[in-house]
Amino acid sequence: MRKIAFLTLFVCFLMSFTNEGGYKIGDKATDFKLKSVDNKVYSMADYKNAKGFIIIFTCNHCPFAVKYEDRIIDLANKYKSKGYVLLAINPNDPVSYPADSFDAMKIRAKEKGFTFPYLFDEDQKIYPQYGATKTPHVFLLDKNLIVKYIGAIDDNVEEPSEVKEKYLENAIAALEKGNEPSPAVTKAIGCSIKAKK
Amino acid sequence: MPILHKNIYLLLKKKEMNYYRYILVLSLFLSYSTKAQDLITFHTYEELNIYIEKNSDKPLVINFWATWCAPCIKELPYFEKLNKENSNIKILAVSLDFNKQVENKLIPFLKKKNYSFAKGYMAEKNFNNWVPKIDENWSGSIPATLIIDQNKRVFVEHEFESFEELNEFVNQSIK
Repeated sequence: MRKIAFLTLFVCFLMSFTNEGGYKIGDKATDFKLKSVDNKVYSMADYKNAKGFIIIFTCNHCPFAVKYEDRIIDLANKYKSKGYVLLAINPNDPVSYPADSFDAMKIRAKEKGFTFPYLFDEDQKIYPQYGATKTPHVFLLDKNLIVKYIGAIDDNVEEPSEVKEKYLENAIAALEKGNEPSPAVTKAIGCSIKAKK
Repeated sequence: MPILHKNIYLLLKKKEMNYYRYILVLSLFLSYSTKAQDLITFHTYEELNIYIEKNSDKPLVINFWATWCAPCIKELPYFEKLNKENSNIKILAVSLDFNKQVENKLIPFLKKKNYSFAKGYMAEKNFNNWVPKIDENWSGSIPATLIIDQNKRVFVEHEFESFEELNEFVNQSIK
């Protein structure tokens, strides 16, 4: 019996990486209704005139996410005027990471002066649909919510001044020209998202 | 550290008056040199690959982790236990710590924990240059573990919850 149980576990492992789940380029992303640090509920449908959406799964506790905070603020400001809406979503279970609680999110947003909604995926129903596995993890959607880019913000987490390729910005530039982003998918390292037990 | 013992023994045999001073200097020197020897820096994926090829006589278990990753730190003791209990496999833990935190965070952490498995550090910080080469399905979250047994590679982007789970998984992967 024990052997069967472990064998099943093993098979599950194998399946978990052959069938990753989540969105692929060209899929239509689901809209959501999530509350932000201002206690209001946000949805992509609220932005009738948006040219696209920059969805960033991020959080408070992860040093990788923290390294990108200032760049996320800059992106939100830069692309707001161009018609792109940046929505940050914290997908973590606050029981696993108390630093990612809704109250802690409010404090962090205030400290850093977030100019964009910082949403809480409290029921953890949104991040698995997107296929977000870590923070930070970016999904760029066009105005019809079609997934156009998935991955990292750029190629250097540690030194913003040494970034050679701004993957996300290049992807937005491609959309602006009516082209498909290339690369459309990049690998990003980050802290794995903690699901509720 | 057999070298240290041997040296102390030789020094003791000489019965010199100031051998304590020698021992002190020697210990300091050894502690520094082992620090440097302990952590293997991989500047590129190719350097890691050379290590993999050199260590292909046994199944090799490579764990990717960082001091900033709480679940990674939680599972490291399971790898330590596995390393101590199963001499038929080789374990390498590759840290993805920030370059600026190697001296002040990674090395002190490893020194404190004194793990017996092999310890590496990946200095290549453009992840797209090497993450897909480890496994094309690796989305980039850590912890993640790669098992290489001859031509067979098994990769999981998963946090092991117990030693038993890790042990069973490794045994299933290499048989």
